[in-house]
Parts: sequence; structure tokens; C-alpha cells
Amino acid sequence: MFNEQLVWAIFFLPLISFALISLIIRPFFNQISVVSGPIAVLSIGASFVISIITFIETTINHNNPVGDPKNWLTIGNFELQVGILLDPLTATMLVVVTGVSLMVQIYSTFYMKNPESHHGTENQDGKRETHSAKPPDDKQEVQPAELGQPVYARYFAYMSLFTASMLGLVMASNVVQLFVFWELVGLCSYLLIGFWFHRPAAAAAAKKAFIVTRVGDFGFLLALMYLFSKTYQENINYLDIQTINDQLPGLVQAGTLGAGALTLIAIGFFVGAIGKSGQFPLHTWLPDAMEGPTPVSALIHAATMVTAGVFLVGRFFPIFQASQDAMMVVALVGGITALFAATMGLVSNDIKRVLAYSTVSQLGYMMLALGIGAYGVAIFHLFTHAFFKALLFLGSGSVNHATGTFDMRFMGGLRKKMPLTYITFLIGSLSLAGIFPLAGFWSKDEILLNSFMSGTDGGEIISLIVFVLAIMAVFMTAFYMFRALFMTFEGEFRGGSEKDPEAKPHGPVHLGESPFLMVVPMVILAVPAVIIGFIANPPGNLLGIEAHWMVHTLDHMYHLPKGEAFNIPLAAVSTLVALSGIALAIAMYKPKPIISAESIGKTLKPLHTILYKKYYFDELYEGVFVRQIYYRGIALASDWSDRNIVDRIVNIVGWLGANFGGLIRQFQNGQIQMYATVTSIGIIVIAAMFIFGD
Amino acid sequence: MTEFSGLLTLAIFLPIVGAILIALFLNGKNARTLALITTLAELALTSYIFLLYDKEKGGYQLVDKFEGWIPFDTFRVDYFLGIDGLSAPLVLLTGILGIVAVFASWSVSVRMKEHFMWLLVLQGAVIGVFTSLDFFLFFLFWELELIPMFFLISIWGTGRKEYSAMKFIIFTILGSAFLLIGILSLYFSTNTFDMTLLPDKIAGANLIMPASVLFFLTIIGFAIKLPVFPFHTWLPDAHTDAPTAASVMLAGVLLKMGGYGMFRVSASMFPEQIVDYSWLLATLGLINILYGAAITIRQTDLKRLIAYSSVSHMGFVLLGIAAAKGGTAELGMNGAALQMFTHGTITGLLFLTVGFIYEKAHTRYIPDLGGLANRMPFLAAGLLVAGLASLGLPGTSGFVAEITIFMGSFPAWHWFAALAAIGVVLTAGYILWMIQRVMFGPQLLRHNNLSDASIPEMIPVAILVASILVVGIYPAVISDVFNTGLDPIVGEITSYAMGGK
Repeated sequence: MFNEQLVWAIFFLPLISFALISLIIRPFFNQISVVSGPIAVLSIGASFVISIITFIETTINHNNPVGDPKNWLTIGNFELQVGILLDPLTATMLVVVTGVSLMVQIYSTFYMKNPESHHGTENQDGKRETHSAKPPDDKQEVQPAELGQPVYARYFAYMSLFTASMLGLVMASNVVQLFVFWELVGLCSYLLIGFWFHRPAAAAAAKKAFIVTRVGDFGFLLALMYLFSKTYQENINYLDIQTINDQLPGLVQAGTLGAGALTLIAIGFFVGAIGKSGQFPLHTWLPDAMEGPTPVSALIHAATMVTAGVFLVGRFFPIFQASQDAMMVVALVGGITALFAATMGLVSNDIKRVLAYSTVSQLGYMMLALGIGAYGVAIFHLFTHAFFKALLFLGSGSVNHATGTFDMRFMGGLRKKMPLTYITFLIGSLSLAGIFPLAGFWSKDEILLNSFMSGTDGGEIISLIVFVLAIMAVFMTAFYMFRALFMTFEGEFRGGSEKDPEAKPHGPVHLGESPFLMVVPMVILAVPAVIIGFIANPPGNLLGIEAHWMVHTLDHMYHLPKGEAFNIPLAAVSTLVALSGIALAIAMYKPKPIISAESIGKTLKPLHTILYKKYYFDELYEGVFVRQIYYRGIALASDWSDRNIVDRIVNIVGWLGANFGGLIRQFQNGQIQMYATVTSIGIIVIAAMFIFGD
Repeated sequence: MTEFSGLLTLAIFLPIVGAILIALFLNGKNARTLALITTLAELALTSYIFLLYDKEKGGYQLVDKFEGWIPFDTFRVDYFLGIDGLSAPLVLLTGILGIVAVFASWSVSVRMKEHFMWLLVLQGAVIGVFTSLDFFLFFLFWELELIPMFFLISIWGTGRKEYSAMKFIIFTILGSAFLLIGILSLYFSTNTFDMTLLPDKIAGANLIMPASVLFFLTIIGFAIKLPVFPFHTWLPDAHTDAPTAASVMLAGVLLKMGGYGMFRVSASMFPEQIVDYSWLLATLGLINILYGAAITIRQTDLKRLIAYSSVSHMGFVLLGIAAAKGGTAELGMNGAALQMFTHGTITGLLFLTVGFIYEKAHTRYIPDLGGLANRMPFLAAGLLVAGLASLGLPGTSGFVAEITIFMGSFPAWHWFAALAAIGVVLTAGYILWMIQRVMFGPQLLRHNNLSDASIPEMIPVAILVASILVVGIYPAVISDVFNTGLDPIVGEITSYAMGGK
């Protein structure tokens, strides 16, 4: 029963759903587009069930039915193949992707009937974007003809395509195949961030996401080319990931892949990962990506696509491991990102952006773990994070459903109005903050432990540095999450979209718990957010599950040694740090604050501004690099020279031709006297040459 | 020896006979109808020819040959047609774009009769270029194609149309002059115009000029056509001012004549020179890619923007051919051929959608557009697919060509290929920014009355979208054929490049 076709079905089911919705329902049966939601839910549900089977078969029964890859493109001796690479990493990702996607689709079937199409969000300047901002001549907003049911079909078509692409990415057996789906998830991200394409901010954010991640893809592409140029003479199985990983020691020994080459290849792939996972310094697109519908943020920009970067490093982990320098870069970038993103989360007033920064920060933790060699731990954190982060985003959508805004300054007092949303959001926050015994605690603690141990026992200075960065970020994470929780749910209600001066009046305020189909996925996700860390990776043997089962299963893939076990003193320290973050948040944001947030904000005004302006990275990239240096510099100069030099030369040549012709024409004037004169002069000259020549 | 299968002759003369019939008997909408019927038949015929080509067997097939068509002893020209794996996909491409061009000019109302007549002549001439195996005949078709294009631009164009038409002609003729000298020199060195024999004969002949001179004489004509920096400035003018149908044909197949010539003549007859001068091709290719992309982002006229993007994309063809030097010449050259085919459909689609937008909105000035996706979801989807294919998104044919070029050229030209990869980011920049400004954002009130594509407009868009996706998802349909044709050419080049060092 468990065979290769079944594994392929995981990928093809959502793809068929996409084809059905986009090619048949949307063009021909738009009046019944409401069925597109159930189609997506059913197909992804089936994928989820098969993924669970695959996960069990792969990790417990060690059953791998996948055959050889098939030829996709043959050019002479060169063959490019597509196939499935099924190992514990893939199996884990399959469960994460289909599981979160299923919950999000169910949530969306209701949410997208009544979407938040008209909320204002903070733009790059931190100012609120308004639709009345600079209306040039007749650029008034026209109500899109599309709003209504067609949006529904388009939404589920994109979501199905995204799910299929993400599944294709994690299953890919060839580097080029991986790159194909890598780009396709980028496309879906573009389409879904820009889902409300009539809103300038959404259209700009979509473009920004695509281009910034493309900068990362440039690195991926270089790594791919370099790896190919080094190995094309060695392998018959070109760019097959398993082959490369397996034969890496041999290739290194034979000198095919030197230390320098390995470092370059690893860094190239990592640049791709930086782009996709929103790591520093290519993080700028991810907060803006919150312009997309909230379920999209939950699925793509929190739980799945952004983890593709972490997955990529995990996929090529042997290459990274072989290069000390590359590992150091990964660890440092991860550590810096973890802290850096957390600082920006401290001051944001937009609930989705707080979650976005927290995502960037948590992805930093995963990278950090990879960089210090704790591969299994990194993927374990990816696994737990997916559940509680998706939960938190769905919670923010639920809050938006009630208040019509995402600005926490206009929320408050929602705890009593929407108890289920509150409780699930609280669970997600505790899990994210890493409070015992929730899921996030176990995975985050292992990261801290590994970096601490490798720093103190192993004497790795880098590990020690990133440990310090990570523990600081733990404090901030706990603080900003509970700041958000208090601003949203405690105190008095502050008016929602009715009071929010920049929110569009369309977002209605109807305080109350969200409908059944939205609450159910949140409740379901809350369960793994509590227990999955403990179940999947228990500190000791538990009900037949081995101690550290998940981490060990993953590490075993690459024959890594068993990592550090649970360490009570360190766990106590990290919990204490998190609790103090929570305590500070309570002190500052409870209804009658002990410490006033405003006074702190005033005292630390310059710091607050820098954080609020996101360290001016957007100004640097878009203002300086893109506008000044490229658009008004290089591109302007090229354009000018093309018109005024290259094309001018052509005209000059043409002019010369015309005028030179005119000059010669002077002699062809048809006057016999003129011709006779010239002839006589010629005879005289020739005669003179004869006479005086020698 | 006379061989005659007739299919290729039919493919050339079917549109030309159609044009004659229109010229003699038909007017207005009847001319349009006959043009549609003719191009439809031509599409069926070229598809049939493409499918009939036996890639297992390889070599030249479907040969039509009358020896001594111009029968002087000192100047013997054969009527010699045939296709191989290199030309078969390009013949198919011409068939596809022919019918697309007729649909693209569906709303032409000025001098309809002549418009459709010239379109048909153009299609016949281009097929002649791709199928001629006699060098002189090749040259005749090469020149014949200029006449319809000149009229199409100068009569139905916009803006400075006479200037642009003239510029197009002068540039091409300049290249042709060099090409003619090269062709004649080769003839007087080897005593044959037979393009299938010339590669072998050149190798053994006592050439009247050094081979590298002949190489440059012939390649310069192709370089202007492709176009290669610094001979590219005719292209933005011609494209911008040409009517939609002419732009589609110009970008779709006329530029490909340059690339085709580089394979058929430069690479196949001068394998040593193409390796020795591959540094020049790589350099110019890189300039085309980056310089072209930098200029593209500054353009405010939609058609001019696409025209410059063509300059950038044709740089990839050069880069692919420059792979001749390395061990992966096969990949690079196949990538370059794929890029020619795929650019034909992608840029054809870009010009087509932009042409329709222009017809409806009466402007191509980007700042005057915006939010059109609201009014024309179908055209928006068409432009989006074309744009994404143009930036090399996987799943579209653009990706297949780009990745093979990169993988093929990198082993030979590390730095050039790496720098060219920056083009991937720059292309994403100008394409997505263009789409954002034209299609997204709030819709303008004055565009309230715009309608989406009509049925005759949807058909060509659908044809091109389908061909972009089919080749993108299953490239073997085209790449296997190209591979058959390029195999002998690459074999010669590689044996020189690897042995010559």
C-alpha cells in the first residue's frame, strides 16, 4: 500500500486542486466558486493523511519505497532528473506543510468570505498608510469589480499552488528541481502578498518580497552553477542531492571539491536561505509581506515558506559541515538575526508585524542551531515553531475580524469578548516565549543548551557569542509577546477601526468570538503548541517514545553524534529570563502600569526611533542602493549613453556617409571644362613623376 | 540529383500565394479572413513538419532540391531546402507567430488589404531563411524579409515610424553587405553555396581571405540582427514604432534569424574561430545582458521597455554560444537555441498584450496607466505570465533556457556567467515594477470604460501562454529536437576546443 505513487500523491493532490480551480472553476463556473474552498481543504486533507503515513513509515518503520529519479531534460550526455528524496527531514517537512496548510485552509473557507480587504497598515516609514495619501489627478480608488466570489476562487487556487510547490520543494531529489520549486513558492508568495493588488502597499510589498528574495536566489544560482562545474565530470547522476551528500567525503578527498570551493558553495546556498528565511541583512521584505491576507501570513510567512531557508541548509548540511567558515557565518547570521529582529518587535504597534519580527527572530534561532552543528535541534525547533506561530497568526486574524484593525493601540479588552481566541493566543505566546512545559520550551532550550555547551566545553568562541545573543533574544521575545497580549486583550476596548483614524471605515467592529470554522483550527493548533515538543522529543523515555527521539532521528540521517541531553540548571536560567521578560511586559502594559511605556519611550527617544524605523534598512536599500545608485546612477547613465553616445555615433556615421557623398558629388558636376581641367592636371602630375621620379 | 518532398516549398509559398491572392482579389475583411485561413493552414503545416522531423535519424530531412537553379558554370545556385533539428523548432515558431500576428492585427482598419498581404509575405520569407540550405538562396530570403517589414513599420506604425523603418533597413543592409562579401568569398574559395557541404570544404580549402576575416564578415550581419551591442540601437526604435503584429514578428522571429545564422554559419562553418573568439561573444553577451537591463528599467514607454528587455535577453544567446570554449559547450549551445525559441513566444506575448492595452487605453506611457488588472483580468494574467516567463520563472520556458545557459557557460566563463546572473535580479526588478505600475494599484477613473480582451484577442494570448507553459513543464518537446541539430556542430567545436589547447 505504501509506495512511490502514494508519496507523489502528496504533491499532486494540491496541484490538481489548483488546476481544477484555476482552469475550470474560475473561468467557467464562477457562480459556484464557493466550492473552491472545500476542494482545497479536501485535497490538502488527503495530502495530510498520506504525509502522516509517510512520516511513520519513514521514521519508525524505515521503509523507503522511492525508486530512481526520471529524466526531465536530456541534452547530449547531460541529464537532468526529477525524483523524490525521502528521508526524516522530508517526512518532517511534509507533516508540517500539510498540517499547517490544512488548518489554514479550513480557517480561510470562512475568513475569505469576509476578508479584511481594507485595513490600513504601517508602511515603511512607520506612518500609517492611507488611501487618501497623495491622490494624483484621477487616481481614485475604484471598487474592484472582482471583489466578491471570484476572489474566493483565486485565493484557493493560489493557496493550493503554494502548498503543492512547497511540497515539491521538500521532496525534490535534484538541486535544479529544488530550485524550481524554490522559485515557485516565491511566486506564490508574490501572488498572495499582492492579493489585494488594487492597494498600492500590497502591490509594492509583493514586488519587494520577490526582488529581495531574488537577491538571495542569485546566491543559490551561483552555488548551483559552481557545484555543477565541479561535479559534472564526476557524477553520472548530475546534481542529485543524495549522491552529492553521500559522495562528499570522496569528492573532498579526490580534491574535486577543495575547502575554498566548499565554502563558496555553502555560502551561496546560504545567501539563498537568507533571502527566503528573511535573515539579516535580507530581512526587509518579511514585515511588509504582512500586506497579504492573514491566513497567508500564517501559512507562508510564518510556518512554511520562510522555513525553506532553514530546510535548504539542512538539506545540504554535509556541505556546510565540511566548511568551518561557512558554519561560522551561518551561526553568526542566525544569532544576529535572532536578536536584531526581536529588538524591532519591541516597538511595533501592528500585531501582525510583531508576529512577523518574531518569525524572523525564531528563524534566526534555527540558523544559529545549524551553524553550531545542532542540525536535528534546528529542525525540531522548525517543527514546534510552525504550530504555535500559525496559531498566533490565526489569532491575529480572529482579532482583526472582531475589531477591523491590526493596530493594537485601538484594541484592548478582548479577553472577555473572545475567550477562545484569548486562550489559544495565550498558549501560543507562552509556547513562543519558551515557558515550561509548552512545545517552544523544549526546542528553544535545546538550542540554548547546544550553543552553551559547544561554547564552554567545546571552546568555540562563536558558540559563546551566539549563546549570549540568543539568551538576550529570549528576554525580548517574552516581553514583546506579552506586550502584544496585554495591548490586545486586557484593559478597556479602545474603539477598533472606528477610532483608528487611518483604518478604512469598511472594517466593521463586531466584538465577539469568531465563527466556528475560524475557531476550530486555532483550538486544534493549540494542542500541538502545548504538547508536541514533549511528545516528539521527550527528555526521557516516554510511552514507548525514545528520549530525544526526533532530534536523534534527524541527526542519524547525517550520522551526527548524539547531542547534549536535557540540562536542568540551564533550563531554569532560560525560563527565569523569559519570566522576567513577561514580568516587565505586565509591569508596563497592565491596565494600571507600574512603569509607564510612554516615559520610557521618551527617555530613550533616539533608540525608539531607530527601532521604529527598522534601523533605516529600507531607506538604505530602496533609497540609496536602488534609487540613487542604480536607478538614478547606473541605469540613468546607461540610458543616456545609449541615446547620446551609441546611437549618436551611428548618426554621425550616417551623416559622414551622406556628406562625404556630397563632397564627391561636387566633382560630378557635368561641366566639360571642369573634367578637362582635372584631366590636364592629372597628366601634368604623372608626367612630372616620370621626369623627376628617379 | 533532384529530391523533392515538397513540404518545405509549400511552407514557404503557401503564405506568399495567399499574399498574391489578397493582392489580386480581396479587400478589407475578406483579406483578413484569407490571411487567417492561410496562417491557420500554415500553423498546421509547420506543426506537421515539426512532428515529421525524425530526431532519431537526425541530419537534414524533407529536402527539396533542384540543382542549378541559377545554372551558370561559374555561378551555380541550387534551390535547396531542408530542415534539421536546429531549424525545425524555428519553423514551428514562425508558424505559431504567423497566426498570432494576424489576430494581433484584427482591429487594423487602415489599408487592411496591404497589411495582411505584407504579413503573409513576411512569414513566407522568414520560413525561407530557416529552411534554405543554399547560401545564396538563404541570402535572398534574408533580404526579402526586409521589404514587408519596412512597409509594416512605415505605414501602420506610430511615432517616428518612417525614421525607424529606415533605420531598421539601413542597419540590416549594412550587415547584409558584409554578409554578401563573406558568402561570395566562400563561394569563390570552395566553389559551392551548399551549406551542408561548406563546413567540410572550408576546412580543406585554400581560402581567398583568412578564415577569421570571413568569420567576422559573416557574423557581423547576424550580430546586427540579433542584435549585439553596439549595433542594437535600431531595435528600440523599430519596436516602439512598429504596429503590434510587426513587433511580434520582429521580436519573435526576425531576431532569431541572427541567432540562427550564428549557429548555421558562424558555429558550424567556423568552429575554430567561434572557440577562439568566444571571449568576445561572452563579453558582448554580458554587456547586452547588464547594460540592456539597466536601460530597460528607465523606460517609460511600454514597448520600448520590452524592446530593451529583448536586447538583454539576446545577450543570453551570446553567452550560451560562448560556452563553445568549455567542456559543457553542448549545454550552453542548446540553452542558447532554447532561449531563441522561448524568447520568441515570451516576447511575442509581451508585445501582444501591450499592443492590446495600447489599443484600448490609447497610451503606452507607463505613468498614465495603473490598476488595469481591475478592468482587464484576462490581459493582466497574460502580461503576468509573459513577464514571469521573461524573468525566468520555473515552470515557464524562460527558466529552462536560462538555467541551461548558466550551467553551460559557467564552467567555461566563471566570472561572466556569475556576473550575468545579476541580470536575473535586474530582470525581476524591471518586469515586476512594470507590471505593478500598469496592472496593480488603484484603477484610474478615466479607464472605467476599458474592456477586457475580446475573443479574437484571447485566442493568440492563449496560444502563446500554452506554448510557454508546455515547454516550461516538459522542455523535451523542443530540446530533444534542438539537441539533434546541434549535436554535429557541437561535436566539431568540442573536438577543437578540447584538442586545440
